[in-house]
Amino acid sequence: MGLESVGLKMNNLLLISYLDLKESIRSKWFLVYSLVFGGMIALFFIAGITESQVMGFSGLSRLLLMYIQITIVILPIFILITTVRSISGDRDSHILEYMLSFPISLKQYYWGKLIGRFITVYIPVIFAMILAIVYGVIKGAEVPWSIFFLYTGLLFALSSAFLGIAFFISSFVKSSEVALGIAFFVWIFLLAFIDIALISLMMQERFSEELIITIAMANPMEIFRVAAISLFDPELTVMGPVAYYILDSVSQANFVLLSIAYPVVLGIIFAFLGYRIFAKKDLV
Amino acid sequence: MIDIKNITKKFGKNISLNNVTTRFNGGDSIALMGANGAGKTTLIRMILGYYHANNGTITVNGLDPIKERVEILKHVSFVPQLPPPIKLSVDELLHFVQKSSCTSREMIYHYVNEMSLDIKEHLHKSFFSLSGGMKQKLLIGISAAKESSIYIYDEPTANLDPRARENFYKILKEQSNSSISLFVTHRIEEVKDLVNREIYMDLGEIISDVKL
Ligand SMILES: Nc1ncnc2c1ncn2[C@@H]1O[C@H](COP(=O)(O)OP(=O)(O)OP(=O)(O)O)[C@@H](O)[C@H]1O
Ligand SMILES: [Mg+2]
Repeated sequence: MGLESVGLKMNNLLLISYLDLKESIRSKWFLVYSLVFGGMIALFFIAGITESQVMGFSGLSRLLLMYIQITIVILPIFILITTVRSISGDRDSHILEYMLSFPISLKQYYWGKLIGRFITVYIPVIFAMILAIVYGVIKGAEVPWSIFFLYTGLLFALSSAFLGIAFFISSFVKSSEVALGIAFFVWIFLLAFIDIALISLMMQERFSEELIITIAMANPMEIFRVAAISLFDPELTVMGPVAYYILDSVSQANFVLLSIAYPVVLGIIFAFLGYRIFAKKDLV
Repeated sequence: MIDIKNITKKFGKNISLNNVTTRFNGGDSIALMGANGAGKTTLIRMILGYYHANNGTITVNGLDPIKERVEILKHVSFVPQLPPPIKLSVDELLHFVQKSSCTSREMIYHYVNEMSLDIKEHLHKSFFSLSGGMKQKLLIGISAAKESSIYIYDEPTANLDPRARENFYKILKEQSNSSISLFVTHRIEEVKDLVNREIYMDLGEIISDVKL
């Protein structure tokens, strides 16, 4: 294959991403999505979160921690409901039938869409965080760079994981409604399996601690939750027993690496499975 | 050349194509007819590589429509039964067409103009906000501008006013006569002058195939 044809393939992939990006940015969900995350930061400042000092950490670190704790809960569902329909929706409405009557390979279409969507979901959450830093600096606060970079990585990983899951769902469901239903279920399920459910399991003492920790660590949402507080002094944060146990048994550096690598890999695996299904099934 | 051998396509228990065998050669201009649900659209989608057959094989110029979709679709123009609600603007859609299939924008403008639609006025509207007839005119213009050897039209005149239909048939007459054209239609009298072959389908089978 010549260089030219590789270039052409890249071009088609980027073309799909670019058009998907443009389409998303114009859509109402994107507006709501950006407003939610930008608005959250604005609200934190208005509420004076950076000024108050609670539990030993203050200023921007505290604001970023609050931001990421809320984001961990709402970002997955945002990503799931907005992207779970990207392919199944195009199929339902026969857009796929027309667009794929042009010489675009299924690879280019699928991965192009995925990259486009990734940019759309990732940019607003990062942008909101940068907004916070900029405003904080103007206000004369100290910038907690290590936390900022950790969270940038965590949000990247979080977005990848759920985007992969969403594309996976999108590839096999027959209709968008079902896709939405499954998305909600996945979210609730993962949410339920963070500390609360695990503590009760632990208390029953019927399961070994290792098993419970493994379950906890398999859940990207739990990993994020623990990673988000891992840079803070464990004595000072309210983290719950599972988080405490994890941080106690794994070194911090390793855990941070794991918390970013694992969800990214998980996302890629799901996205890849989604592609396999997409390519194997009837297209329209 | 499109070679269809013993193609069967089922959706669940429903047999949409039942052991269909036929061949379309260069120069064939075919009217594909039959009652609603006869399997016309399904046959077209098989040729375009959208469906996996339960049985049988299809080759388009010797290639497999699923495995070699990109190579095949470079030479295929297709207008669907209903224009889909594409959310891209007209400008973006044309950008997509140009980039993905090396079609010149001037040619698209030319043919859309032939369909008496001034698309330049609508470039920044989203495609789905155009009227039904306008959408179809645009898709027809695109299909004519793309240099293909296979033209597939799944009832594209449904939303067109009589004059636009005339324009459409005029464009078709200009097309090279070594290409394959496949029209799904319910109005044979309209395409009588254009076609040299009439195929009737019913219940997923070809029940008559007449060369004129
Ligand atoms: N994706 C699908 N899933 C399930 N059944 C389908 C699907 N596509 C077509 N069918 C069924 O296959 C049969 C043939 O449908 P097809 O769309 O090919 O008919 P058609 O000849 O194009 O009809 P029309 O003139 O109404 O467009 C119908 O019974 C239809 O219900
Ligand atoms: Mg049909």
